[in-house]
Amino acid sequence: MLLYDVELASPLMLGTAQYPSPAILAAAVQASGAEVVTVSLRREAGGTQAGQAFWSIIRDLGTRVLPNTAGCRTVKEAVTTAHMAREMFGTPWVKLELIGEEDTLQPDVFGLVDAARILTEEGFQVFPYTTEDLVVAERLLAAGCRVLMPWGAPIGSGRGLNNVLGLRMLRAHFPDVALVVDAGIGLPSHAAAAMELGFDAVLLNTAVAKAGDPVGMAKAFALAVEAGRLARHAIPMEPREIASPSTPVLGRAMLT
Amino acid sequence: MRIRVIGAGVAGLTAALELAERGAMVEVIDRGPHLGAAACSWYAGGMLAPWCERESADPVVAELGHRAIDWWLRRFPGTTRKGTLVVAQPRDVGDLAHFARRTERFDWVDGARIAEIEPDLKGRFHKGLFFADEAHLDPRSALTALAARLTELGVSLRFGAEAPIGDNSVDRIIDCRGFAGQGNLPDLRGVKGEMLLVRTREIFLQRPVRLLHPRIPLYIVPRANGLFMIGATMIESSDRGRVTVRSAVELLNGAYSVHPAFGEAEIIEFGADVRPAFPDNLPAIRESGRTISFNGLYRHGFLLAPAFATWVADAVFHP
Repeated sequence: MLLYDVELASPLMLGTAQYPSPAILAAAVQASGAEVVTVSLRREAGGTQAGQAFWSIIRDLGTRVLPNTAGCRTVKEAVTTAHMAREMFGTPWVKLELIGEEDTLQPDVFGLVDAARILTEEGFQVFPYTTEDLVVAERLLAAGCRVLMPWGAPIGSGRGLNNVLGLRMLRAHFPDVALVVDAGIGLPSHAAAAMELGFDAVLLNTAVAKAGDPVGMAKAFALAVEAGRLARHAIPMEPREIASPSTPVLGRAMLT
Repeated sequence: MRIRVIGAGVAGLTAALELAERGAMVEVIDRGPHLGAAACSWYAGGMLAPWCERESADPVVAELGHRAIDWWLRRFPGTTRKGTLVVAQPRDVGDLAHFARRTERFDWVDGARIAEIEPDLKGRFHKGLFFADEAHLDPRSALTALAARLTELGVSLRFGAEAPIGDNSVDRIIDCRGFAGQGNLPDLRGVKGEMLLVRTREIFLQRPVRLLHPRIPLYIVPRANGLFMIGATMIESSDRGRVTVRSAVELLNGAYSVHPAFGEAEIIEFGADVRPAFPDNLPAIRESGRTISFNGLYRHGFLLAPAFATWVADAVFHP
């Protein structure tokens, strides 16, 4: 999988929030095989110095860091946070998250396109958290994005892939764009389903962080994305409406 | 045996008491001008909730924490053992099932039972979890009581004092400085917490009420004279003493959604401080020469300090 010219072996990306402890976070990341973790630069941390200890734990994980703008509600806020992230982690990558609605935490796609354009022009490599809307996807690509991150379901809801048809169309429409299902994944089977649909990767946080055993769940997700990816490459059968015997009927013994 | 304890938060005072009770000559010094001025324990919730904490904490927290209830009941008469009530808004009711799967020693309660347990919450919640064996205390009164008990035992408490460097007049130094001790503990980090105190006579609660909330572990702890402590945010930051509007809004909204009477309550105090935490979010005792460091109590100060204070005293008397 290529994300902005970076080759990655694992299609799993993990968020770093809400774990019982940094030690368990580190063990979960290790068990997941994830090569990318995303971290929020929450501005309430209070300036760049105050959050240093946690961010240095993140840097020590040995993975690539995809800083995100979680919690931002305006273009200006998101752009400011992206600047801070670049300074903090020395990466042009940014997961652009612009929240438009409090209950669903769904993206403000209008602001998202504006912010993506501004950041791309400044040299950022933008990973936009978006919906499965094709027109928005076109606009994001026109704004310079080379990766799209459609939601599976609202952030933290664990509902899986709400709009399978929409996600399938997105995949069919943009066969050459790296697509990552971001948000809403609750179970390993959801992640496997996204991989089976042909998505390049999945990004999740709560499903692992809030599991009773985050390390065990991280391992389960690692296996699930691998299963989904293998299935996709193996060319799955098409579903049929009636039974089709898997053993030949012809030549069967006639016991009359 | 002459011992100097540095830091008069819950770690320092519990350690000092364990040592003094075993006959050591103890002095406590603290850089703050008075008790609580430089201790993050001053802003604690004071919940002795070992079984609720299993939701996100290591099993050892429950094992050690339940002993703390007896420790505090013996030493601080203001300790109240009336349990913890955990509730959720209808939209978050699925979170109750998840909480139940990860914790122990509770009963499922319905609306009628909730109304029996906390009459003022009648009709407000239809489902909850009742942890009958848990307890709570007012941290400020508890620290004051510990300080008074120490004075009775002949321990000197000096505030506004810095620890002398290279002083050989004591046999052991117990370093309980919390986040301020970070210089000697490179893996110690700060986890910011924000809380508020409100006063209202329009609602009466007998025990801590936890509201399951998607973003912050929100709880309301009743204190004397109509006071309620509402806490607490958990932010990976070492930023001390600053409460943001966002956190204040979240805490106030949470309280208001538990009961609208909190909308009319008087705001008494906003507080914020930094919890000291190691990477596994568990406390640690480390020895280096004459110095024993006792730190990293994270969000479990009152819950875990008693067990660790015992071990600090063991390390002094049975090295």
